[in-house]
Amino acid sequence: MKLSTILATGITLSCLSVNALALTIGFAQVGSESGWRTSFSESVKAEAKKRGIDLKFSDAQQKQENQIKAVRSFIAQGVDAIIIAPVVETGWKPVLREAKRARIPVVIVDRNIQVGDDSLFVTRIASDFSEEGRKAAQWLMDTTQGNCKIVELQGTVGATAAIDRAQGFNDVIGKYPNANIVRSQTGEFTRTKGKEVMESILKAENGGKGVCALWAHNDEMALGGIQAIKEAGLKPGSDILVVSVDGVPDYFKAMADGDANATVELSPHLGGPAFDVIEKYLGGDKNIPKLISTTGDLFTQDTAAAEYQKRRLQ
Amino acid sequence: MQESVLALENISKTFPGVKALQGVQLTLRAGEVHALLGENGAGKSTLVKVMTGAMRKDEGTGRMCFDGKDRDFTSPSEAQKAGISTVYQEVNLLPNLSVAQNLFLGHEPKRFALIQHSRMQQQARELLKQFKLDIDVTAPLNQFSVAVQQLIAIARGVAMKAKVLVLDEPTASLDKDEVETLFGVMEQLKSEGVAIVFISHFLDQVYRISDRITVLRNGQFIGEYITAELPRPKLIEAMLGKELQAMHGQHQPGCADSVDAPALFKMDKVCVKNSIENMDILVPKGQAIGMAGLLGSGRTEVCRAIFGVDSVASGQMQLADAPLKPQSPAEAIKAGVALCPEDRKTDGIIGPLSIRENIALALQARLGWWRYLSKAKQQALADKYIEELQIATPDAEKPIGQLSGGNQQKVILARWLATQPQLLVLDEPTRGIDIGAHAEILNLIKRLCHDGMSLLVTSSELEELVAFANKVVVLRDRRKVSELSGEDMTPQHIMQAIAEA
Amino acid sequence: MSQQPQSLSIVNKVDSPADEALIAARKARYSPGKSTNALGRYLWPVSALVLLLLVNLFMDASFFSISYQDGRLYGSLIDILNRSAPVALLAIGMSVVIATGGIDLSVGAVMAIAGAVCAGMLVGGNYSLFTVICAGLTVGIVAGLVNGGLVSFLGIQPIVATLLLMVAGRGVAQLINQGQIVTFQSDAFAFIGIGAFLGLPFPVWLVLITLLLSQLLLRRTALGLFIEAVGCNASASRYLGINDKGVKLFVYGLTGFCAAIAGMIATADIQGADGNNTGLWLELDAILAVVIGGAALSGGRFSLVLSVVGALIIQTLSTTIILSGLPAKFNLLIKASVVLIVLLLQSDVFRQHAQSVLKGLKGGKA
Repeated sequence: MKLSTILATGITLSCLSVNALALTIGFAQVGSESGWRTSFSESVKAEAKKRGIDLKFSDAQQKQENQIKAVRSFIAQGVDAIIIAPVVETGWKPVLREAKRARIPVVIVDRNIQVGDDSLFVTRIASDFSEEGRKAAQWLMDTTQGNCKIVELQGTVGATAAIDRAQGFNDVIGKYPNANIVRSQTGEFTRTKGKEVMESILKAENGGKGVCALWAHNDEMALGGIQAIKEAGLKPGSDILVVSVDGVPDYFKAMADGDANATVELSPHLGGPAFDVIEKYLGGDKNIPKLISTTGDLFTQDTAAAEYQKRRLQ
Repeated sequence: MQESVLALENISKTFPGVKALQGVQLTLRAGEVHALLGENGAGKSTLVKVMTGAMRKDEGTGRMCFDGKDRDFTSPSEAQKAGISTVYQEVNLLPNLSVAQNLFLGHEPKRFALIQHSRMQQQARELLKQFKLDIDVTAPLNQFSVAVQQLIAIARGVAMKAKVLVLDEPTASLDKDEVETLFGVMEQLKSEGVAIVFISHFLDQVYRISDRITVLRNGQFIGEYITAELPRPKLIEAMLGKELQAMHGQHQPGCADSVDAPALFKMDKVCVKNSIENMDILVPKGQAIGMAGLLGSGRTEVCRAIFGVDSVASGQMQLADAPLKPQSPAEAIKAGVALCPEDRKTDGIIGPLSIRENIALALQARLGWWRYLSKAKQQALADKYIEELQIATPDAEKPIGQLSGGNQQKVILARWLATQPQLLVLDEPTRGIDIGAHAEILNLIKRLCHDGMSLLVTSSELEELVAFANKVVVLRDRRKVSELSGEDMTPQHIMQAIAEA
Repeated sequence: MSQQPQSLSIVNKVDSPADEALIAARKARYSPGKSTNALGRYLWPVSALVLLLLVNLFMDASFFSISYQDGRLYGSLIDILNRSAPVALLAIGMSVVIATGGIDLSVGAVMAIAGAVCAGMLVGGNYSLFTVICAGLTVGIVAGLVNGGLVSFLGIQPIVATLLLMVAGRGVAQLINQGQIVTFQSDAFAFIGIGAFLGLPFPVWLVLITLLLSQLLLRRTALGLFIEAVGCNASASRYLGINDKGVKLFVYGLTGFCAAIAGMIATADIQGADGNNTGLWLELDAILAVVIGGAALSGGRFSLVLSVVGALIIQTLSTTIILSGLPAKFNLLIKASVVLIVLLLQSDVFRQHAQSVLKGLKGGKA
């Protein structure tokens, strides 16, 4: 288990407050459409158990109307606070007003909402995509001393994650005159497309000679790219460095095998920070920023084998 | 007599290769029901389409005078605006919209550009009351039977308050009472001065409701008659193009008439649901049997039953001493039956495929997919029949769709001959074929018979039937009414049998 | 009887349609007419492909260079062949479905199901490679037959019937994988996607073999003719005694089979089954390939070879876009424009129109 310092302090804080309050918190989750979503739910449940919080968990099965129903029932039950991981951005105003009238604080996690009135919720806790890009870029620049011809596999054109990760990455390498992106194409976040695109790029870049690193917007594309590099007769991880974002088990295995170099974890552990904020708010501290960014840590080959074992078992 | 509302003079319409209308005229008078009659392909629907703007007449021919002015409608909506309302044979309303919406689609009662639904529904109810229809006008159309839909379609035509109302086969799906209701409405409209065109195959209804009759045949105007003054045999004569006195069908069958030829095919008291009743037909081996009757008399239905298209409800069929119970054309073909269907275009030719493929297909289907006729064999087969049936084409690779009607028919005949059938059923083999090809097809039938083929042939051309058939079966109202052979088998006798009321 | 018909004896002679002398005599007559016809159909798709390849040569001189390393040919052209394999396989099946006037939207999902089944078996049990491949193919054929049954026996419109499986199929694939991307370690199975035989990538061989076998099955038996007959005029085909329902069942089954092979290639390629993304939207590429190959969606004539050419055009286009280095956001726009041009070139109406416009311009200048 990996916890940042913020999280650690959160636990200490909560230990103090739990005894006094024994909170009841409602959590309206999107559903269980992906592995990441499942770990997110599990992490929140585990965190609540650890803190002695009575968690009312609702699975909306990807439907907003189910979520709204769940929130209304939380209000009717008079919970102390509500956490929403919204399915969609719009349509939240009426139910959030009801919560406000009942004086129940609401925390939004993961995806954004649009209500136009910031006072309807306490804060939003979300991954900071551009920070992920910056972390990946910084690691690459540190490793290569700023000398690097980079190939980029973008996510789906127009996706926020793709735009922001590219932005953050470019911000950092912009400071290094000898580092630049020589090829950039979309791999649509999938392994198949990542492999296909990487194959062509390697051909266009003289068989990959001179390319120093592959930067992929997610692990799946990176895994496809790694296969393409291997089939081109090069060694991923040394001939061409590979850095990406997500932290899926397969990628940890690739790192353990020496085929990949680094990944920034997209943290599913949003429960801790959410509970922290709620406890702080209920404790009387109303001075809370409207957006709290969380960014997972960067993992490298050093810990990959151990992390892979841990994650495979999950 | 009343003045004419709509007068069409010397109208011609040519399609590539076919003259659908040649110098046809039609005069409609206010307050009259005018029946437009003719066999299929006579040009009735084409004339209606020209009249209602769905088709343009050939440029530079004829004129159309509506309401005292020369007009040439370019679209149905233009004709509709002018006051010509048409109810087509197939209901072409919108099944998902409500009855009221269908009735008033395009001219809904409006106030300030908004449709007044309650007023529309009220008007719809009143309109349908005339048709003795008390139904929920807000229900979607497809909830009602075809008959009710037909009545609604007619009501829509009436609701347009037109000067001319065209009803194309309006009674085909109506029962007796509904027909009477419709006639009541027609009488009412007549008294209001509307000119009505009534197209129907039911001669009883024509005599019951119409004031005048115009007969078309093969795209030509045959005559305009006052109904009360036209005896029924004369009408049929006009429709089928035979003058009773002058008709002496030359009886020249390809094979000798023989009383004691063994039976090859027997139909015994066969009934088909909603179709033929108690049908008895016998085809002796090596003879050609003709089937006569007006459209809808059951002749096509007999062919379909033999070929396994419609399933037989009761009664038996026998082919070459074995019971014949085909559940599909494939089974009938296996048993040795072949059918050239009446509607060559939709059921016969496979337009984009070549003559070679069209000829080879039936034999190939009988052999099954595994025993493939090589292209060379197909080619040999095609060439053989192109030569023997004198199919006019540069080569066998030409798509059949590009051939003339007569040559298409020959290809279809060739296709069945290739399967060596025991019984060859030809449903209207000469329909829509020009005169020259007509004679060729007839000679072919004779030759086939001469070579020992057994045939059952339907035709509207009585002279033809008499010429090649050894015996003629006459059908009326989906029953057999007469069987003529020898001296009795003359066009006159056939016609009398058809016309007997 | 003055008009006694001459005894040409049409009926009796029919016994010997395969008269050898007759065949020999006709053979010469029928070959030339056919070839001019075929040339016209091949002209536009093939020239479009050649043109696209030349554009690449212009952008990158080394485009046509092929080297031999690690027992396989290596180069952009080989990549195009290799990458087009799944769509080419789908297009082979789609050609015959479209020839009957139908369409199969579910092939992408069937790819995912077949991939998921194979991956699941490779990870979850100790099955032989043969069993795994057979299971994958069987699943594809069954899925196809379900589609075919819905279309032919229940009379559901093909677009609706196959839409069901298109939507549900990905759910099934995810169910098999429990929503995860299942990765496996099997060099033998991976060979299907990344192996090479006689220098050529194995997927290319699979396309060639499937193309050859389908061509034999459809053109050396009467199936191809029946399919075209049913597609041109289903009613007339029934009157001919062709089992049109059986024909439809068969074409969907064949498509399912092709989709299963494509699914195994895609799965073996990344050594993992991704229920969400395997074959995603490839049904549309397959339909496009068939259309680029000159077939009409209304049914009728089909050419498997031209459909494969269509698939090659689509893949060449994708590769061209990647090599061009243009920003990714232009991908779809470029693809759509080129496809539009190819389709316009195939349209007789457009060509005639363009010719008359050009003539008018020349006349104006003169």
